[in-house]
Amino acid sequence: MGSRFLAVEGLQAWYGESHVLRGVTFEVLRGEVVSLLGRNGAGKSTTLKAIMGMVAKRTGSVKLAGRELSRLTSNEIARAGIAICPEQRGIFASLSVEENLELPPEVGPGGLSRARIFELFPNLGERLASRGTKLSGGEQQILAIARILRTGARMLLLDEPTEGLAPVIVQQIGRTIRMLKEHGFTILMVEQNFRFAATVADQYYVMEHGRVVEGFAQAEFDANRDKLQQYLGV
Amino acid sequence: MFEIFGIPSTALFGQLVLGLVNGSFYALLGLGLAVIFGMLNIINFAHGAQYMMGAFAAVLLLDKLGIGYWPALVLVPVIIGAFGIVIERLLLQWLYKLDHLYGLLLTFGLALVIEGVFRRYYGPSGIRYGVPDLLQGEQNLGFMSLPDYPAWVIAVSVVVCFGTWFAIARTRLGSYLRAATENPTLVRAFGIDVPRMIMLTYGFGVALAALAGVLAAPIYNVSAQMGSDLIIVVFAVVVIGGMGSIMGAIVAGFGLGIVEGLTEAFFPEASSTVIFAVMVIVLLIRPTGLFVRGT
Amino acid sequence: MAAIDAAAIPQSEIPASMKIAFAVMVATLVAAPLPPFQVDPVFLMKALCFALFACAFNLLIGYGGLLSFGHAMFFGWASYVAAHLAKVGAISMPYWSDGWHWLVIPLPPQSPELAILGGTLVAGVLGGIVGALAIRRQGVYFAMITLALAQMMYLFALQMKFTGGEDGIQGVPRGRLFGIIDLSGSVAMYAFVMLIFLAAFLLIYRIVYSPFGEVLKAIRENEPRAISLGYKTERYKLVAFILSATLAGLAGATKALAFQFASLTDLHWTMSGEVVLMALVGGFGTIFGPVVGAVAIVALQTHFASFGEWVPVIEGAIFIACVLVLRRGVVGELAARLHIRL
Repeated sequence: MGSRFLAVEGLQAWYGESHVLRGVTFEVLRGEVVSLLGRNGAGKSTTLKAIMGMVAKRTGSVKLAGRELSRLTSNEIARAGIAICPEQRGIFASLSVEENLELPPEVGPGGLSRARIFELFPNLGERLASRGTKLSGGEQQILAIARILRTGARMLLLDEPTEGLAPVIVQQIGRTIRMLKEHGFTILMVEQNFRFAATVADQYYVMEHGRVVEGFAQAEFDANRDKLQQYLGV
Repeated sequence: MFEIFGIPSTALFGQLVLGLVNGSFYALLGLGLAVIFGMLNIINFAHGAQYMMGAFAAVLLLDKLGIGYWPALVLVPVIIGAFGIVIERLLLQWLYKLDHLYGLLLTFGLALVIEGVFRRYYGPSGIRYGVPDLLQGEQNLGFMSLPDYPAWVIAVSVVVCFGTWFAIARTRLGSYLRAATENPTLVRAFGIDVPRMIMLTYGFGVALAALAGVLAAPIYNVSAQMGSDLIIVVFAVVVIGGMGSIMGAIVAGFGLGIVEGLTEAFFPEASSTVIFAVMVIVLLIRPTGLFVRGT
Repeated sequence: MAAIDAAAIPQSEIPASMKIAFAVMVATLVAAPLPPFQVDPVFLMKALCFALFACAFNLLIGYGGLLSFGHAMFFGWASYVAAHLAKVGAISMPYWSDGWHWLVIPLPPQSPELAILGGTLVAGVLGGIVGALAIRRQGVYFAMITLALAQMMYLFALQMKFTGGEDGIQGVPRGRLFGIIDLSGSVAMYAFVMLIFLAAFLLIYRIVYSPFGEVLKAIRENEPRAISLGYKTERYKLVAFILSATLAGLAGATKALAFQFASLTDLHWTMSGEVVLMALVGGFGTIFGPVVGAVAIVALQTHFASFGEWVPVIEGAIFIACVLVLRRGVVGELAARLHIRL
């Protein structure tokens, strides 16, 4: 594992009057897979969105490889080398699969080529002309991940990548994430399903009421299982 | 010459051509409105005034700078389009987070200002702008005689409309536009400068209106109010075609022009209201418009 | 949502701020034509007719959340019908019996109350038809449909004979109210207009603060929620539309008698735009806002009458300014700052 890649400090965010993030602090090391865990409404998705600048009002510090991103607009943040795979996939209905795949522009070197993408995800290659939303949930999730791999972004934000998907697809996504880790991608993931998270993550942060309340490594996962279940209300 | 339902064929075909010419303007203006509405979620009430500005710009370029029709076809859309970009930056960009109705109200106010200023300086009566020499002739098609200028207007409109549709529906830039229409926040988060795209889209829509204005100058009366009564008909056209639909606006525009032309031939008293009547019927049977699925 | 528990709201509790504002308004209206102010009663009547028009319009946008851009059709058509009834004093209707015939109902001549009633009723019926069509869509679509339908009504009026086309209907007699009170003098007519305005104003207040009004406001806030609670929202919106159209018609009919003519200007889309402006300037969703807005705009038009061509430019600039910096309108902004209801 490497040096500090993404550093979030005192991140706060508001949706209108609602104070959703109340000072989030954590870090992601280069090449790590970090999973944010927590109950619904804890602010996990909002954290990803706030890092990407997709939230109207935010304060605090977000640094990528030492560079401060919190004053930038979201397109500038993307160009700094972060890509997001949003909740509910964000596949565009008025675009074909191919157009969806090609949409995010190149933000750095090292993006996967089309050939490599179709090698990894053969189903996509077969459905290029279909409307994006005609794909099944699992195929859309693969598409949502595939399109950000093309951009050359090295920091990936994945929001609930396995939500509502069949176990077979969940396993495929797990394999994909492990493969990405081998290729040196750094991943920050929001995941309700902590059993899935346990198969890929190196580090966990638990969120509650808009703050990070616990952090532990994969090795300490079993030791923290009971505490985790309390936080998640499971 | 022969008769169809009691109308001599030359008169009928003449009306059809006129209808297609009107339809060309409905389609061009409807297209502009649909493109702007799709990206900005704003009904550009000022579209008619911007069309009028295009016609006046052609007149002024000729009067003050001796610049004729052909260069005007290119220059005027660029100039008025730039004006549109200024409007977007100064006034419209503050409205995107608000209820859509505020966009309608602001552009309505803008239309009043533009039209009022032009009426103050140029009066209510029309200004003549001649048909360019090259297009003053006619073609004899056997069953009718087709004047060159109307044919030119129709041809330009068809090319521009379908060209715009193609660019939006089939090109990469078009895919950016379509995606930004659906989910601008996400498109921006991929690294695309969406605010700039919005600004340029409004400019493009305004340029389309201005182009229609130049095309209109030789055949319609160039006056301060030439845009306002026209724009209400175009609103009806866009409601019929479906507000977000580019193809819907184009097809509805040309189609309703033909319907209006035919009505003028057979029931002239109804010709000014027939498009509204069609709108009523469409609202009763397919409220979302003819080309749009869903809510 | 508390708004839905309408029955729990005691209707006798009128906020003090509104009582005061109402008293001020009545006092102003009564005192204005008298010395030392001696405001022109013609100006006052115009302001009141438009104030009523704006209040009727505001019922729909401020409390129903529906922006109608075609309200001139109700104002204008009621004005034509009232003018016709007062001048000609007969209704003719076509009917079928072995061929088309005309049924002519003679009315007492020069009857202002019947003329106004007739105009108002026609506006209500038109409101029902237009409303049923327009309610099918929301938001901006609704606005554009009302605009297009109003334009259609304008074109009909342009072509029909009884409207007198470009000339309109002139020389409308004010007549004798209930056959007794002669309205031809300014004082009597002003008192009549003022009473109509105040009655309608109070009616609008009662509608807004009734169970019906509370449901309407709830629909404006969150229609899907209202539907899930079992309210037939389409019906509420249609009723609101008809009420708004009817009261706009009342304004138009009264105006026809006060100014003794009806013209195409009353039906033009610029008239629809002006009533929107009046309500916007005053404040959507306030009871007194439209009154203030109407007085302001009528005053503006009167003051700039000699620079007539600049009036639309000024009005357009005010539209833009209000949308950008004074969205709540003058009265709305005042009420928000002082934490009172107006």
